[in-house]
Amino acid sequence: MDWYPLYNSLRIAAISCGIVFFAGIAAASFAARLPRWLKGILDVVFTLPMVLPPTVCGYFLLLLFGVRRPLGRLLLRYGIRLVMNWPGGVVAASVVAFPLMYRTARGAFESFDDNLAWAGQTLGLGNIWIFWRVKMPACRQGILAATVLAFARALGEYGATSMLIGYTPGKTATVSTTVYQLWRTNDEAGAFFWVMVNLAISTVVLLVVNLLEDRQKTGGRRREELRGTGSGH
Amino acid sequence: MALEVDIEKRAGGFHLQTAFSCREEIMGILGSSGSGKSMTLKCIAGIEKPDRGRIVLDGRILFDSQRRINLPPQKRHVGYLFQNYALFPNMTVEQNILCGLHGERDRKRRKEEAGRVMKLLQINELASLRPAQLSGGQAQRAALGRILVNQPGLLMLDEPFSALDAFLRLRLQMELKELLASYGKTILMVTHDRDEAFHMCGRLGVMERGRMLAVKETKALFADPGTREAAIMTGCKNIAPAEKTGEHEVFVPDWGIHLRTGKRVEEGLSAIGIRAHYFHPTSPQNTYTIRYVGEMEEPFAWVAQFRYEGQASESPALWWRYPKEKRPAVFPEKLGVAPANILLLY
Repeated sequence: MDWYPLYNSLRIAAISCGIVFFAGIAAASFAARLPRWLKGILDVVFTLPMVLPPTVCGYFLLLLFGVRRPLGRLLLRYGIRLVMNWPGGVVAASVVAFPLMYRTARGAFESFDDNLAWAGQTLGLGNIWIFWRVKMPACRQGILAATVLAFARALGEYGATSMLIGYTPGKTATVSTTVYQLWRTNDEAGAFFWVMVNLAISTVVLLVVNLLEDRQKTGGRRREELRGTGSGH
Repeated sequence: MALEVDIEKRAGGFHLQTAFSCREEIMGILGSSGSGKSMTLKCIAGIEKPDRGRIVLDGRILFDSQRRINLPPQKRHVGYLFQNYALFPNMTVEQNILCGLHGERDRKRRKEEAGRVMKLLQINELASLRPAQLSGGQAQRAALGRILVNQPGLLMLDEPFSALDAFLRLRLQMELKELLASYGKTILMVTHDRDEAFHMCGRLGVMERGRMLAVKETKALFADPGTREAAIMTGCKNIAPAEKTGEHEVFVPDWGIHLRTGKRVEEGLSAIGIRAHYFHPTSPQNTYTIRYVGEMEEPFAWVAQFRYEGQASESPALWWRYPKEKRPAVFPEKLGVAPANILLLY
């Protein structure tokens, strides 16, 4: 049994999830500070990868990173090859998962009570400290749910990935591209196996998201109930 | 002078233009919502940036548009008690208070100082609770503790009691006043509640549409508000345009009456005000025939609504408030008001 597709998928999803986590949060807190009209434009640009067909994203990525394109050639000079190579999968998954993180993080930040940040500032606490120790914990559940969703989206990425890195067994194969490849070559049992793997992962992810959202909704009430037990987290 | 403020700021259709100063005292800013009270506090704290002007605290320039000085909030040493107290929800009461002590490097000293202030505010038993588990009064004290350990040069309170129920409010006002009296620094408090302002503040300024009207000793302001806006904010119920007709006499066209006044009437009089409890059936002066149009019961008083005989129909009825035990068996046909109790508004 060749487990490489699973390993590769998890590797790509984990790395792109990390990238998207910081990029999405940075973009969201940057956009929140902009004037309305600029925020509107940026919103469209940042959200486009979510509504565009992934193949279109893949097409644009090929335009950017193709080995004969300026950027692709520049990267190649530093020994980085994205096309037909697994790191390209990270780029593809990041682009497609980014809007999920950005939009959810922005929603969480918008419902944040600015008084908390201002109170911190007047106490002399630094802005970076306030961001990581007050704002992020206050938006914790929304950000966590967004991260899990972004991870799931990155894990299931097919369109942009197949265009950018194709399918090479043991090199660029991911779970989703393997399913298509095996089915195409009449390996029904193999395809079914990877479908089940995919299904299992997605189910777990959705359960986690539901759990997080549930806790977010009942957060206040749970705290009340926990009064006196001393945990109250 | 401990705090001097002279600032101007435009935001949307709102124009804030205010200048005042305060000493080591409790000064209040009384104003309706949207009058620019909170905006003024935010400008002083450095959360909002004024377009123009100067803010000086104990000789330190916090903001000066001409000299391009605009200290960030972190460097202003200004304590700000927010209306919702703004305790960090992810931290315990003690951790919140320790946030105010981040400047103290010695861990043991930090713990001790936090403990001392929590004891002073009687919240030491709540140290391990989170803000969501606190009552309004406890949250207020925790937030105040977080500010006090930070030792700000100025303490600003934004509607500090509005989140509390009436019973608790009065008790906490007394407690806080006692605590602040020993504090010895400038305290600036913003409120829309005239009772709260009267209880807490030695001096009071009235703010209306972004402007600070006369700043006076609290009692003097209630006795002689001086402007229509200040009269309304201090709770005067009967206000009507008036014209000067003599040294000590005015004519009120809407009510169709002449009134003798205690104070000399200056040029530029725009209106007069009579507080609802100043009317009296046996007053020898300013007595006119009235007609009752309604009565409203309050917990400990009655409010009769009445009109003067010659009152213009579009002018609203006047209010006369009297204690329950003094409710007359037969309503008097005439009501008077002492000349000294006519508020002259310019």
